[in-house]
This record gives sequence, C-alpha cells and structure tokens, in this order.
Amino acid sequence: MKSIALEAQKKSVAKTKKKALVKRFIRVYNRDKYLYMLFLIPFVYFVVFKYAPMYGVLLAFKDYRIVKGVLGSPWVGLKYFREFLSNPYSYKLIRNTVVLRVYQLLFGLPAPVVLALLLNELRSEKFKRFVQTASYLPHFISLVVVCGMIVTFVATDGVVNEIVRFFGGKPFPWLMAPEWFRTIEIVSRIWQGTGWTSIIYLAALSAIGPQLYEAAVIDGANRWQRLIHITVPGIAPTIIIMLLLRMGTLLTVDYQKILLLYTGATYETADVLGTYIYRRGLLGADFSYATAIGVFQSVVGLVFIVGSNWIAKRVSETSLW
Amino acid sequence: MNVNVYDRSIGSRLFDILNIVFMVFVVFVTIYPFYYIAIISLSDGNAVLRGEARFLPAAFTLDSYKLVMENPSIPRSLLNSVLYTTIGTLVNLSFTALCAYPLSRPHFSGRKFFTWMVTITMFFSGGLIPLYLLVMNLGLLNTMWALVLPAAISPWNMFIMRTYFQSIPEEMYEAAIIDGANDLQILGKIVLPLAKPIMATLLLFYAVGHWNSWFDALIFLDEKSKYPIQLIMRGIVILGQFEQTNLLDAASDFVVIEKTLKYATIMVSTLPILAVYPFVQKYFVKGVMIGAIKG
Repeated sequence: MKSIALEAQKKSVAKTKKKALVKRFIRVYNRDKYLYMLFLIPFVYFVVFKYAPMYGVLLAFKDYRIVKGVLGSPWVGLKYFREFLSNPYSYKLIRNTVVLRVYQLLFGLPAPVVLALLLNELRSEKFKRFVQTASYLPHFISLVVVCGMIVTFVATDGVVNEIVRFFGGKPFPWLMAPEWFRTIEIVSRIWQGTGWTSIIYLAALSAIGPQLYEAAVIDGANRWQRLIHITVPGIAPTIIIMLLLRMGTLLTVDYQKILLLYTGATYETADVLGTYIYRRGLLGADFSYATAIGVFQSVVGLVFIVGSNWIAKRVSETSLW
Repeated sequence: MNVNVYDRSIGSRLFDILNIVFMVFVVFVTIYPFYYIAIISLSDGNAVLRGEARFLPAAFTLDSYKLVMENPSIPRSLLNSVLYTTIGTLVNLSFTALCAYPLSRPHFSGRKFFTWMVTITMFFSGGLIPLYLLVMNLGLLNTMWALVLPAAISPWNMFIMRTYFQSIPEEMYEAAIIDGANDLQILGKIVLPLAKPIMATLLLFYAVGHWNSWFDALIFLDEKSKYPIQLIMRGIVILGQFEQTNLLDAASDFVVIEKTLKYATIMVSTLPILAVYPFVQKYFVKGVMIGAIKG
C-alpha cells in the first residue's frame, strides 16, 4: 500500500516537474522572443559565413571537383598533406613565414611599449596629445597607399636613393633584393602600426594608481626607479596578453601586404604560406592542396597558442584562459 | 600619473629634452611622407626630376590631378568605393547592433552559447579557399555583396558595442519594461539613441575598413568597371599600369611624369581620410579604449 502511494506521489512530482519545465519554457519564450527575432540575422550570418567555411576544410581531405561539390568529391585522406610535406619548397615557405613573423614580433612588440612609456613621461599634456594624434594617422591609411609609398620611395629614383646618392652611394633597387625584403616589410609595419598599438598600453598606464607613485616619491625613488618598479610591472600583464594573442599567428603573416610588395625576384625570402595559398589555390585553382596548407597553418597556430598559454599560466599570473 | 611628482635632477631634465626631440622626430617621420607626396603631386614633372621639390611644391600645377581625373577608371572606381563603403557600413552597423543587443541582455537564454559561437570565429576560420568557394556557390562572385556580406560583423567591434550597451544602467531597462515596452522598442527608442557615440566610432572603423580594402575586390570581382579605387590605384601606383599612353600634355607648359601622376592618384584616394581624420580621431581612440578595458 505504502509503495503504491509512493509511486503515485513520484508520478505527480514528475508531472509537476514536467509542467514546471513547460511553464518555464513558455515564460522564457515570452520574455525572449523578440531577442531571438533580433538575433536571427546574426545567427544565420555566423552559420553561413563563418561556420560553413570551417566545414569547407573537408576539401583538404578530398579530391575536389567543382561539379561534384564538397560532399560528392572522393576522399583522398592525407594525400595533399603528404604532398605538401614532401615538397622541398614547402620548407622554404615555412621558414620564410616563421622568420618574418618572429622578426615582426621581435621588433613590432616592444616598439609600441617604448612609445607609450616615453609618451607617458612627457610633461605637457597638449604636446603629448599632438604626438599621439600624428602617430595614429598611418593606421588609417590603406595598405595599397602604404605599399605604393614604399615602392616609389625605394625605387631607383625614389627618396631613399636620393639620400644614398647624397652620401656618395650608388642607387640600389631595394625591393628587388631578397636580403632587404624583410627589413622593408618590418620597418614599414612599425611605421604604420606603432602609434595605434601604443593606445592599448597608454590605457593600461592610465589605470596605474597615482598613490603608488606618490608613495614611491616619499620613499625617495627617482624617476628611473619609479619606471622600473611601478610603471613596467603595471603594464606587464597587458604585454603578456598581447604576446599571447600573437603566438597563434606564427604561421600566418599578413600576406596581403606581401602580395603588394613582392616580385618573382624576391620570392626567395618573401614567399610565405599565405601568398602561396593565394597563388596555388585561387590563381592555379588547386583548391584541395591550398586548403590543406591552410589547415596545416591553423593546426600549428592552435598548438602554439595553447602551448604558450600553458607556459604563461605557469610562469606568470596572466593567461588568455 | 607622475606629472605632479617632478624630479628636478639634471639627468631627469636632460631626459625630458631628449624625449621631446625624439617625439618631434616621430611626428616628422610620420607626417613628412604624406607631405612629400602632396607637394610632389602638385609640382611640375621637370622640377621634380631636377630635385627641386623638397619642402614646397616646385612650379605649382594641378596637371597631374587633371590627368588622374581624365582617366575614366578613377572617377568610376571612386563612385564604386563610395557605394561599397556606404552599403557595407550600413550592413555592418545594423548586423552588429542586432548581434550585440541580445548578447548584452543578462537574461537572454542561450546567451553563453551564442557568445561562444561568436568568440570561436575570432580564432578559427575556414581559410581563404573555403570562403572563396562559398561565395562562388552562393552566386555572389562579381557582385557588391561579395565585399559586403562575408565580413558583415566584426566580432571585435560587436564586443565593443555590447560592452557599451551593458554600461547603460539596468534601471532604464526596468522602467521601459514596466511601461510595457518590448525588446524591439527598447532597442529602437532607448538603447540606440543612448549609444550614439559608440555607433559613431564603429561607423568610422567600418567605413575606413571598406574604403581601404582591396584584396576582397581582387579575388571576388572580375570586371574592371566594378573595381573600387584601391584596386585601380594598385594597378597605377604599384604595377605601373597607365591608361594614358602620352603623359606629356602638348597643350600645357608643364610636364607630368610617372611620379607626379602616381602621387596625385594616392592623394585623390586618401584625401577623404586625411580630410576627416583630425576631426574624428578622438572617436577612434574612444572605441579602442572601450575595447581595451573589456579585453
């Protein structure tokens, strides 16, 4: 008798639970229905333009035929990856990509930090704002214009060679020389991006409490000591985050800029994975092979970002997740 | 900051002076290339070849600009760029707001899942080839929509907008809900009017991005009549393709050379940005600050 009553009770509990669930669902629906309506377009956008191409990486494992589509094309497994890894030119591409990226980080990461620290030391707020305004400008100039400037400035009749000639040197075709390509790419990158990136560090600097500086002054710390013991530790987390965010991009350099600057004469140092994917994939219509290189790039990037985040977690308190 | 705790030692003062000298150098290096391009584009070709244009235009003339505007692809591509920038920015802003508003409401069920869905796309993408094939399969090749739709929402900008929406006091929402307003009305009548500053900032970010982009047009557009200014400029300035075979204008005393023509082309395409930049740069900075605090 008891057990029957218990059973009945259980049933009714389950029933009310179910009812509560339905009720809750209706309540949530009534509350959020307009939000879902609004979110419909962004949702479709992300599915179609972001997630569908992710599904498209299946191409790398298939022998893609346009008429058959992604699904209809036959599977070939790792054929294209093997082809890529057995091609000696691939190693030149990987080397060029990694070397350029490492140089970009080596010189490109400290530059805005230094600029922000120096701006922070300026006494006149007005002058500081003026310098900032000027230094942000190149960020808003198109890549085509920046590269157009580079191409014309380093041409044999350009300003750079005029300066060379002024000092008694001979004009030199800088952009035709593979050994100068990286320098040109990185110097122009620093010119264009340093001012704008320094904003992030300036924001971090302004978040350091003034009472820290006041206490340091009372303790007799001079300007250099305040910089080393308060300012730099204050922005260290920001620097680490910026570094971590870039670790995943070791194999992805900004190939749009290289496409504008390189010529056959500079492939030796300038040809990178991104430019090769463009030439082989879009100009050569070798879709599967190019996608395989892209997958290789993403996987290595993922390994690097996870790995460096793991290291950062262990050696400091700052990490991405 | 440490402006109010002066250090008056000699070393410190020397540093201040060197710092100011360095900053003047930074400003010069940043600005002079633009200035140089401007004065060359306004100079006579022969004077430029003689090396006379350094700090002021030599033998001032607008001939290079005349020649640039006579090239039919330039005015046409400028109009194309204006069209792509306008439509593209409108799509960007409306899509971004539609995405940011629901994600900013704390009770929106599924909010966590959708936020992740957006965040993942910041770190992973299918890559160039799958995107190209997608655009091809959707039948968007060689249309304006290939330049507008694939990058309709920048997750970064969306998070900036969401952060701004979240900073609107919750009481405003509560009051509106008590008055019987639904989310559509709240978004249209309360949130968007309050969010004007951030909308202005993102409008500028998106618009500059569209105006400056060239690669999408290179891979998605076939017909030259649809090219934006950046792609036409790439042909002229970087690849050295000129449509006019005769640079020497017989009717003029001035000579236009390749260099003055290239620089006039650069000026024409960059003038819109250079003209508005001093007035709007503070909005740009505001946007980055909100982004930096969030991230």
